[in-house]
Amino acid sequence: MSDKLDSKIPAGPLEQKWTKHKMDSKLINPANKRKYSVIVVGSGLAGGAAAASLSEMGYKVKCFCYQDSPRRAHSIAAQGGINAAKNYQNDGDSVYRLFYDTVKGGDFRAREANVYRLAEVANNIIDQCTAQGVPFAREYGGLLDNRSFGGAQVSRTFYARGQTGQQLLIGCYQALEKEIAKGGVEMFPRTEMMDVVLVDGHAKGIVTRDMVTGEVKSYAADAVILATGGYGNVFFLSTNAMGCNVTAAQRAYKRGAFFANPCYTQIHPTCIPVSGDYQSKLTLMSESLRNDGRIWVPKSQDDAAAIRNGKKKPEDIAEDDRDYYLERKYPSFGNLAPRDVSSRAAKEACDDGRGVAPTGLGVYLDFRDAIDRLGENVIRARYGNLFQMYEKITGDNPYKTPMQIYPAVHYTMGGLWVDYNLQTTIPGLHCLGEANFSDHGANRLGASALMQGLADGYFVIPSTIAVYLAGEKPGSITTENPEFAQIEAEVTERLNKLLNINGNRTVDSFHRELGLLMWDNCGMARTKESLELALQRIPEIRKEFWENVRIPGHGDGLNTELEKAARLADFLEFAETMCHDALEREESCGGHFRLEYQFTADSPEVQAGSTQPGEAMRRDEEFAHVAAWEYQGTENKPIRHVEQLEFESIQLAIRSYA
Amino acid sequence: MSKATCSLCQFWQSSIGKKLVVAVTGLFLVLFLAGHLAGNMLIFQGSEDFDHYAHFLHNMVHGWGIWGFRIMMLGALALHIIATIQLTQANRAARPARYESDNTMVASKSSRMMVWSGLTILVFFVFHILHYTVRTSAELAELANHGYNWAMTIAGFQNVLVSVFYIFAMTLLCSHLSHGVASIFQTLGLRSRKTAGAIQTFSKAYAVIIWLGFISIPVAVCFLGYGKEELKEVRAKVAVEKAAAKDGDSCCPKTCSDKH
Amino acid sequence: MSKLNLTLKVWRQASQKEEGRIETYDAKDIPIEASFLEMLDIVNERVINDGGEPIHFDHDCREGICGQCSLTVNGIPHSKDRGITVCQLHMRKFKSGDTIWIEPFRAKAFPLLRDLIVDRSAFDRIVAAGGYIDVRTGSAQDANALPVAKTKADASMDAAACIGCGACVAACKNASAMLFVSAKAAHLNLLPQGAPEKDARVLGMVRKMEEEGFGNCTNFYECEAVCPKEISVDNIARLNRDFAIASAREALV
Repeated sequence: MSDKLDSKIPAGPLEQKWTKHKMDSKLINPANKRKYSVIVVGSGLAGGAAAASLSEMGYKVKCFCYQDSPRRAHSIAAQGGINAAKNYQNDGDSVYRLFYDTVKGGDFRAREANVYRLAEVANNIIDQCTAQGVPFAREYGGLLDNRSFGGAQVSRTFYARGQTGQQLLIGCYQALEKEIAKGGVEMFPRTEMMDVVLVDGHAKGIVTRDMVTGEVKSYAADAVILATGGYGNVFFLSTNAMGCNVTAAQRAYKRGAFFANPCYTQIHPTCIPVSGDYQSKLTLMSESLRNDGRIWVPKSQDDAAAIRNGKKKPEDIAEDDRDYYLERKYPSFGNLAPRDVSSRAAKEACDDGRGVAPTGLGVYLDFRDAIDRLGENVIRARYGNLFQMYEKITGDNPYKTPMQIYPAVHYTMGGLWVDYNLQTTIPGLHCLGEANFSDHGANRLGASALMQGLADGYFVIPSTIAVYLAGEKPGSITTENPEFAQIEAEVTERLNKLLNINGNRTVDSFHRELGLLMWDNCGMARTKESLELALQRIPEIRKEFWENVRIPGHGDGLNTELEKAARLADFLEFAETMCHDALEREESCGGHFRLEYQFTADSPEVQAGSTQPGEAMRRDEEFAHVAAWEYQGTENKPIRHVEQLEFESIQLAIRSYA
Repeated sequence: MSKATCSLCQFWQSSIGKKLVVAVTGLFLVLFLAGHLAGNMLIFQGSEDFDHYAHFLHNMVHGWGIWGFRIMMLGALALHIIATIQLTQANRAARPARYESDNTMVASKSSRMMVWSGLTILVFFVFHILHYTVRTSAELAELANHGYNWAMTIAGFQNVLVSVFYIFAMTLLCSHLSHGVASIFQTLGLRSRKTAGAIQTFSKAYAVIIWLGFISIPVAVCFLGYGKEELKEVRAKVAVEKAAAKDGDSCCPKTCSDKH
Repeated sequence: MSKLNLTLKVWRQASQKEEGRIETYDAKDIPIEASFLEMLDIVNERVINDGGEPIHFDHDCREGICGQCSLTVNGIPHSKDRGITVCQLHMRKFKSGDTIWIEPFRAKAFPLLRDLIVDRSAFDRIVAAGGYIDVRTGSAQDANALPVAKTKADASMDAAACIGCGACVAACKNASAMLFVSAKAAHLNLLPQGAPEKDARVLGMVRKMEEEGFGNCTNFYECEAVCPKEISVDNIARLNRDFAIASAREALV
């Protein structure tokens, strides 16, 4: 069924595809650019960069975000850094190596051509951001500093203290504000996209809700860009911001855009464990902690139980009674094993009854040995602010007692299917950043999210959007077209329907229920049974939601419950697509782990020594492809389309970190 | 020129511009206080030095010097007051709705009552000018007219109400300076994290020195009886001079009818 | 798990046009592990279940970096705990029986939208008036072609840490935005990349700040005390100096 999926990957050698594509693509002459208008939804790294860059080129841009300012998009929360193959460290890095690492890290489920382009433009990103005034860390000679991150074998990560995401976003936001001042971008904060409008099959505008006045209003443009982030909040608890949602993507999906690989969700291993059912979000502790911290649980379930009910303290567990399970299972990578691998290992230990947090879902990240070896001052200099943050949240002092951590949903690799031009299956509708599926395959490497968002926004879409626009007559569609009024009416009706249910349960109670269901059945480990159960339960929850949710107040003004409800309504539909994808992908890869598909002691690969029992078993013959789902009505199963992944440069191999 | 004038208006209209005016005029006033205090301290040196100093001030540049200086200081004071009042009005307007539960982390009491301490000092200043410069009191005017500035000062402070008001005003001045002096550095851009502590200490020390210096006079005169005897002698001398003046037309050593 | 019983005094105001008032809520059985905003979630859930309208407040990342949360707790923006946003405040800082006052960030330049939500778009307009380096995408030279002294880069980073939450304005007795403006100016002015536009940036941002109706800095330093990123008032001194120089250059050169 790959007939509908033309990835438009340019022919020619990998290294020349992007250059050649730019050369072969049509251009729009400068005088004509100002006649074209583009809508950008989302103002994070991808959306903000796109809006600013397109405006600089001359396009008329309208940019929308649900936050009160474009500077608040959740790109801001990324701590670690941004990768680029500058090879400033002279440690053998290259564009090819960054490309290779990213494809391998993604468990060979990403497009070679896209990833190579990403690695290629990464260097430009660093140049661009530096010129914008992003205060990257520097060495004493005044040149840029790098660190190694996320298990990479080279130091290619650029960083700005623990706030790289924030600093990059501020650079982007400033560029955006500059263009707003110059009149090229019109900014609409506190405005949520409610639907996309198609005219003759092309995306020509959006319908929005002004979150302050409640007004439902349409905007038309020659092309629409969605840069609306990931869908991690389908799990209710995640490291995403409270407002992150799938609405834009889900609406586009319902209008005909394909949703690719929704089952790929990244679970970050070092988050602060859940402490109670009131909890609203999970806090990530930087992965860098694993450089010096040792992860362990007690060897015996009795010790773990004693810790859980407060009868024992971690200090009471003798060295021999501790299981440093990552060091045991992955001797060469140890505590630095990749995210998906260490997350799963933590879950296994807890499922084995050896978890330590009061809920049983937590493992220790212990700095005792590092403090003994290096002294408390060195540890304070390295992680002082993280320790402080941990203490503020938990009330425990990590210098004295080990931290407790547990994996949490962090990033979603799946997203709207896009071709090489970042255009979805709807002509004119483009999708950037975390919202699309393109570059990370089944698993994202550390410090690559910022890279992809900015690559899409600064360097890819400004070139590729012309491919679409050059074939369009500028300004041919206005909000006078009847399609706008129709979709506006649909949006208003849906909001009124929500407001009129007047049931007995709060929005959050439904969201929590959905989140728990998804975490238990479509979380870190999935099975056919669990997914089938989820697929049975989701429509039931959705049905109850539409009958029994209570949204106080009215729609003509600021109403946060209404906002949450509208977003949850989309999560309740999207969750099903996600489970379908997870169910049909009968293999384990990256952020998708099916318990049925793991290596056992009997597997020939294990016996050959290339992997270990319990590791993810990819099935390349059947599943080396992208699955893209086509909407068929909310109550019907969507159609699964397949885009075969061609690996010309890289040989597929077992991803081993042993 | 018109462009430069326009820039000047813009400068005055901008909040930082106005604050720079406050800081620069404040600096003038702060330095003036130091000079004024140094002069005042001569009161403890005895009447001769003090009168000599007064004589010197009044005859600088053929009598024009003190006028030039007074105009400059009055100008600085006027700018200081106008700018701060305008700033205060803008500040009030910037928060129309107050907090129901108001609270403060670090701002000192002095910093929060700058405008009130300032206005009280202004009232004091007017009184002070009327008292010692314009001399609305006939007795003080007479002493000064006969060249007995030292005695005039002592006589003025013998009034308990005057001294109490004076001490009260100087206490507010001390509070005003403890924040104001440090603020001059901040507003002129001369404060940094490394120098902040030193500037704070300097500011407070300066304020306390000014306060101690100025209140030492009313305290000594009014409450410790300093100069009481000598004043009596001067008054007797004045009586004699008056009698003599009635006889001939020979006048007092100098006149200083500094009305404005 | 210990629980707290609290009394909340919360500012409620349906919209800008309507009158606001303080309302009292009982917050019973609040787990001490909860964050302050989770405490409000719990209260809101109960309010909704009781047929009321929930307390509206701004929040997003809930990890102290997006700058959206904006509550004044007992008269201090983000609470009296230093170096945190209110989403990073945890209930273990309170004890049972406490009364907690919760108000919006108050300033004329931050018009109230609903309950505890205010409009801080004035900050965006200030940034648009010069808080950027005018460099077109694609026109940058190699990042290492322009070395920046580490001390400068670090000082720039210190200022750039601002999350634009507006607590500085809310805390200032004059509702002045000088800490915000000076931090943005310092971030860019300290770097060689920002030097060419320095004067225009300083004048533009300061003038916009005044136009937006913020008050003036009278050196209380409340802003620094409440700033979740502990941005230094040194930046204000620097901005004052740069403004004087820029004004002089504008007038005379």
